[in-house]
Amino acid sequence: MTSTVEPGTEPYLPPGMPEPAPGGDGLEAPYWEGTRAHELRVQRCNACETYQWGPEWVCHACLSFDLGWTTVEPQGRVYSWERPWYPVHPALKDRVPYLIVLVELPHAGNIRMVGNLLGDPLQEVVIGSEVEAVFEDHDEADPPFTLVQWRVTEEG
Amino acid sequence: MGDTGERTIRGKVAIVGIGETTYYKRGAAPDAEFKLGLEAIMRAADDAGLPVRDIDGFASFSNDRNDPPRIASALGIRDLKFSNMFWGGGGGGGSGAIGNAAAAIVSGYADYVVAYRSLAQGQFGRFGQGSQAPKAAGAMGFTQPYGLMSPAQNFAMRVRRFMHQHSVGQEALRAVAMASYTHAQTNPRAVMHGRPLTEEDYDNSRWIVEPFHLFDCCQENDGAAAILLTTPERARDLQHKPAYLLATAQGSDYRQAATAHNAPDYATSNFKTVAQRLYEMAQVAPGDVDVLQSYENFTGGVMMSIVEHGFCDPVDVNDFFTLDNFTAPKGKLPLNTSGGNLAECYMHGLELVTEAVKQIRGKSPNQIPDAKVSMVTSGPMVQPVSSMILASEPS
Ligand SMILES: [Zn+2]
Repeated sequence: MTSTVEPGTEPYLPPGMPEPAPGGDGLEAPYWEGTRAHELRVQRCNACETYQWGPEWVCHACLSFDLGWTTVEPQGRVYSWERPWYPVHPALKDRVPYLIVLVELPHAGNIRMVGNLLGDPLQEVVIGSEVEAVFEDHDEADPPFTLVQWRVTEEG
Repeated sequence: MGDTGERTIRGKVAIVGIGETTYYKRGAAPDAEFKLGLEAIMRAADDAGLPVRDIDGFASFSNDRNDPPRIASALGIRDLKFSNMFWGGGGGGGSGAIGNAAAAIVSGYADYVVAYRSLAQGQFGRFGQGSQAPKAAGAMGFTQPYGLMSPAQNFAMRVRRFMHQHSVGQEALRAVAMASYTHAQTNPRAVMHGRPLTEEDYDNSRWIVEPFHLFDCCQENDGAAAILLTTPERARDLQHKPAYLLATAQGSDYRQAATAHNAPDYATSNFKTVAQRLYEMAQVAPGDVDVLQSYENFTGGVMMSIVEHGFCDPVDVNDFFTLDNFTAPKGKLPLNTSGGNLAECYMHGLELVTEAVKQIRGKSPNQIPDAKVSMVTSGPMVQPVSSMILASEPS
């Protein structure tokens, strides 16, 4: 079951943060197209079926250039975490502390993704906790984009 | 073409001169960055007793803005034979630049090579702030929109995972900070000279990003440092006791630069393969090392560097990481004996190399009696990293 932020809910971090954009070579574009559709799409090699993240132009396992994209279950578990208190960006001046988690996806070759952990920024974070993705739409942005946040479903 | 002999720099290169400007707080240098660099290079030549114009090669790292052709023109270098930049950011090239300079000397490309680094952050930007650009392009899009933007944040994630895997307590990180500040109190050149740190100060200091307190994070400074290298034969004609290179090694473990924090071996300083090659070339073991300068971008990186260079098992970190063990001259592993990046100066770790040389010369502010083997590890958790071993004798 895929979660989405209810309409009207504020994004986790304030406006003014850097907005994601594919690089000039378009390598990351399928991922961001996927999040707009509230799907988690990652690279998977068509030749050897290895999951690969972040995206690259060649498969690190078999060196095939025939890399495909596949949609994976938007679930994972907390691999590591951190709680920033120093605002490294002007937009964060009144929004510290906050939580960043590194989530691993055991059903997709243990690839990892970075996102914010929703809820109380002072909550105790337990490595190994099960989390699910929450798609955070930024429809007003130009161009619109969707971030992938995480919510604890079962503490590890 | 037959075998041309052992492929090593071991004993074939010596550090003969070190030069440093005054070390300043960030933005406080009265001089231009380029001028600071020239000053350090000229001091290194003076220290060696070598005419500046005999220098014929330059090596730097961390995208230093001061390029060798301009330096050579400014100094009237007659024939610039070697110009080199070690790839990668942070302090990963502190020992690597020394290694590249040494390679040029052993190969015959040049005779007197300077490794240098100059930084004036008043003139240029800071490291500790996130990007102010409106878009996070490419791989940066996977981290920056979530507020993961600074070096401290980039590395805290790895350190947290290591602490989790090996049940490490905050006190281990504190011991690294305490060692640097303790040693800085007897080093008048240290920016934090006269600013001692207590355990209470550390515990009460604000978080930058958990698990890093303020005192787990390096300073940002202005200044310059330079290291002059040549062959052992040429070193005999110069004025200081040479510090011989037994080895340098550089590199990056399997897929360590995979984006969005996907290095397969994640909780690492990236020294596992480098340390192995370092000790093989040097033909020494961790137990032979008398004194260690270990690059502190963040204390947690020092922790993993020490483990991965074989000084301590991961399971023993809580017991081994104490101020007593790290304090010169009697500690088991005297660490960052000038105050290091945390408390002497953040000269991107080149000040750690000058301190390693001072230990071999017997001129450290926190001297290890009769130090024979002096080691530097540069730039934990970045890609690539490097490390080096100096000795009082060539073999
Ligand atoms: Zn493949």
